[in-house]
Amino acid sequence: MREFSYDVVTIGGGPAGMAAALAAREAGAERVLILERDRELGGILQQCIHNGFGLRRFEEELTGPGYAHRYIDMVKATDIDVWLDTTVLAAEPGGVITSVSPHAGLTVVKAKSVVYAMGCRERTRGAIRTPGSRPAGVFTAGAAQRMVNMEGYLPGKEVVIVGSGDIGLIMARRMTFEGAKVKAVFEIMPYSNGLTRNIVQCLEDFDIPLYLGHSVTAIHGKDRVTGITVSQVNDRLEVIDGTAFDVACDCVLLSVGLIPENELGRAAGVALDSITSGARVDQFRETSLPGFFAAGNVLHVHDLVDWVSEEAAIAGRSAARHARGELAASGQERSVMAGEGLRTVVPQRLSPFEPGRMSVRFYFRASKPMGASLLQFWADGVLAFERKLRVVKPSEMIVADIPVRKIGDAMTLEFRVVAAPEKIDAEDEIEEEA
Amino acid sequence: MAGSFGVGPLPDSADVVVIGGGVVGSAIARELSRFELSVVLIERSPDVATGTSKANSGILHAGFDAEPGTWKARLNVRGAALYAELAEGLGIPRKATGALVVAKDAAQMETVADLRRRGIENGVPGLEIWNTDQVVAHEPNISPEVAGALWAPSGAIVCPFLATVGFAENAIRNGVRIITECVVTGLDVAGGRVVAVQTTRGRIATRFVVNAAGLHAGDVARMAGDGSFTIKPRRGEYILFDRSVGQLVNTVLFPTPDKVSKGILVSPTVHGNVFIGPDAVDIDDPDDKETTAGGLAGIIAGARRIVPALPLGTAITEFAGLRAAAGKDFVIGPSPVTRGLVHAAGIQSPGLTSAPAIGEVIVEILGEVGLKLRPKASFVPINPEKPRFHDLDRETQARLIASDPLFGRVICRCETITEAEIVAAIQSPCGARTVDGVKRRVRAGAGRCQGGFCGPRVTAILARELGIPVTAVRKDSAGSWLFLSRAQLEAGEGIHA
Repeated sequence: MREFSYDVVTIGGGPAGMAAALAAREAGAERVLILERDRELGGILQQCIHNGFGLRRFEEELTGPGYAHRYIDMVKATDIDVWLDTTVLAAEPGGVITSVSPHAGLTVVKAKSVVYAMGCRERTRGAIRTPGSRPAGVFTAGAAQRMVNMEGYLPGKEVVIVGSGDIGLIMARRMTFEGAKVKAVFEIMPYSNGLTRNIVQCLEDFDIPLYLGHSVTAIHGKDRVTGITVSQVNDRLEVIDGTAFDVACDCVLLSVGLIPENELGRAAGVALDSITSGARVDQFRETSLPGFFAAGNVLHVHDLVDWVSEEAAIAGRSAARHARGELAASGQERSVMAGEGLRTVVPQRLSPFEPGRMSVRFYFRASKPMGASLLQFWADGVLAFERKLRVVKPSEMIVADIPVRKIGDAMTLEFRVVAAPEKIDAEDEIEEEA
Repeated sequence: MAGSFGVGPLPDSADVVVIGGGVVGSAIARELSRFELSVVLIERSPDVATGTSKANSGILHAGFDAEPGTWKARLNVRGAALYAELAEGLGIPRKATGALVVAKDAAQMETVADLRRRGIENGVPGLEIWNTDQVVAHEPNISPEVAGALWAPSGAIVCPFLATVGFAENAIRNGVRIITECVVTGLDVAGGRVVAVQTTRGRIATRFVVNAAGLHAGDVARMAGDGSFTIKPRRGEYILFDRSVGQLVNTVLFPTPDKVSKGILVSPTVHGNVFIGPDAVDIDDPDDKETTAGGLAGIIAGARRIVPALPLGTAITEFAGLRAAAGKDFVIGPSPVTRGLVHAAGIQSPGLTSAPAIGEVIVEILGEVGLKLRPKASFVPINPEKPRFHDLDRETQARLIASDPLFGRVICRCETITEAEIVAAIQSPCGARTVDGVKRRVRAGAGRCQGGFCGPRVTAILARELGIPVTAVRKDSAGSWLFLSRAQLEAGEGIHA
């Protein structure tokens, strides 16, 4: 068993792992390592061959592999070590990481700081309890995406998409390009869970119908899928009798949500947020386990990779500081809460501010769609800050910078989204606060 | 004669043909392989354990349920003892968890006391009546409403797939030929005696046929003019939970049974999951394995009566299994109509538990009806051990990777299953031919992502190891192709081409 020492190790070589490693190296960590289980860096981006990545980060529209390769090239230009085809079995307190690979065998790495960057996994049919038979032809959208885009095989030719998550929407367009017939997308909620641009570009542009408030109540077929039964649901998501209809298809793609892949953290005792399913972190992205940071979709599911890169860089910089002993965990922590109108907020707590800090960036998900709204920041029960939002959607992350001077000495920070008293112009929406 | 597994050519003749590659047929074939005989097992699916044997509770029943004097009573107790003896050598995961039959009130406590008396008569060891405190001390998550329970320390759990594969693989090692994707179409009878089996892969001459055809056993009997029993399929639905909540229960928890079934259980699995189910619904179609919204809601309600705080959010899959019910007892014995035909039919619960004992009894009966049984000197009773990477200590893991680098590549991240284990699952004597076959043997895809990550990789490994194109890889059944090529789509051939 071989043993190694590093300052910062990122577990995962997708966009979060690479951004964290680069930021750690730039922030002065000398020995940085990326552990990646796949044969190449890039993570799930490698199978996302559609465009639309990087508008924010590079001000250019890139494909997934295109975006990934910007980062891969940056990593290659440094002395960051990359171990591919390497799976981490355990990452334990004290920074002891045990991994295996076919070429290096079982290896132990001692890291001063660890960044979790394992991404997320897709919710399955079992998790949403779709009744019916269990034939071939039911895939998560991501698994199908890998087969179509990386291996060149198709999961079916008459496709139905269940759930309106972004991967499902992208796959609706992709399967159409490949010559398959995409019959419909069925979404149980009264609103879509995908980005507006994907609804437009992947469904509307191809006349693929989107049925909101519909649930798949059975999957049929013995060997291969032959069809599904769908019903309308009421506002409690219960099936409305008499609304059932059948759709013939040979393939069902599920796009019903993503779950942070936190099994390593859970095993190590990291405190998780029951709503995001990611670690509870502070503004440094440090988890409850000192020296362990979280970045990317393992922390909370992002809709844009650009945010992943940006947020992961925070974790990487913090990891470098921790490795140097500059990120002492001391002083009282403040709690951050998602109040009315919001489902999640990251970070969930604040550690004492470092010198020179001007603002803290928070990431939110709304609990329901709303029109013109106000994002409110309440410090110890006092309204301290407001920002206008033209429109609010659970599928689109809200990002806001709160000035440190507004936070002051408040111990309890609460955010809310409330209906705006008047209509808000588009200009107000992009107004940057800091 | 060398053993084999797969779609190879059917031999012209055999001493014994076993119909059905479930746990019962496989256990019978393994028992027959102790003797100097040519044995052929015919299975209609691409794999063993694809019918009743793949979707059941995985329980080794202690044996207090069955009416004394029945086949069920006799074979249950014997079968449970045989598993304790055989499991390790055959590579069958088994855990001696014990079982509790939970009573909610005084009336049920009386039923539980009756079960104890019956169990003692059946020879079940160690049965005790526990009070509420004892039950709650043993099972902290159980409903505090329980009045007490029957404690059966000899109750255990087993992996039903690996039980079947363990028997089948050992049978193959000892010379049995298992022909898959081979459907029996008729039995030739001459002078009141079976003389051959007709199949979709040809005809095989034989004087002895064992009918272990599960849900289709009634049809097989009628092919020989024997209408002495009918199989009624009975469907049961299940919900399986993630291993992260595996500590929910320590033992098999039964409600106090009623006349139809043993009720909805809450039970651990040998792999560290928890399941709830099954219900019991009589159906007509022996292939109808659909789960239903009502059925799932029913088992949730039933399970909550035993364990109120069910972690429904951690459910990873739901499925339905079928039991082949032919009446109150198993149908075991020579056909009353056709000589040479021996039935192992109507094997509902406790069929999995009884399987190895059924194997012994069927061989005994075959001897009685004229099959010459000469012990085989070269019989090997055990299968070589297959390392389970996840369960080993770090040093052993390191050694394994040094001996085969593919142990260093984790394919299934949820269950930590390595490529070496998947390759071995495909290349072993009763090797996987399908994605679900790999899952049943080594659990790749059986975890919380249900193959979302490893499914495409397992597909690729199967194609490589079997030397077939990806478009020929199937999920489970003979027609369950997973992918098509773009050329097939353009040619309008579809997935079944």
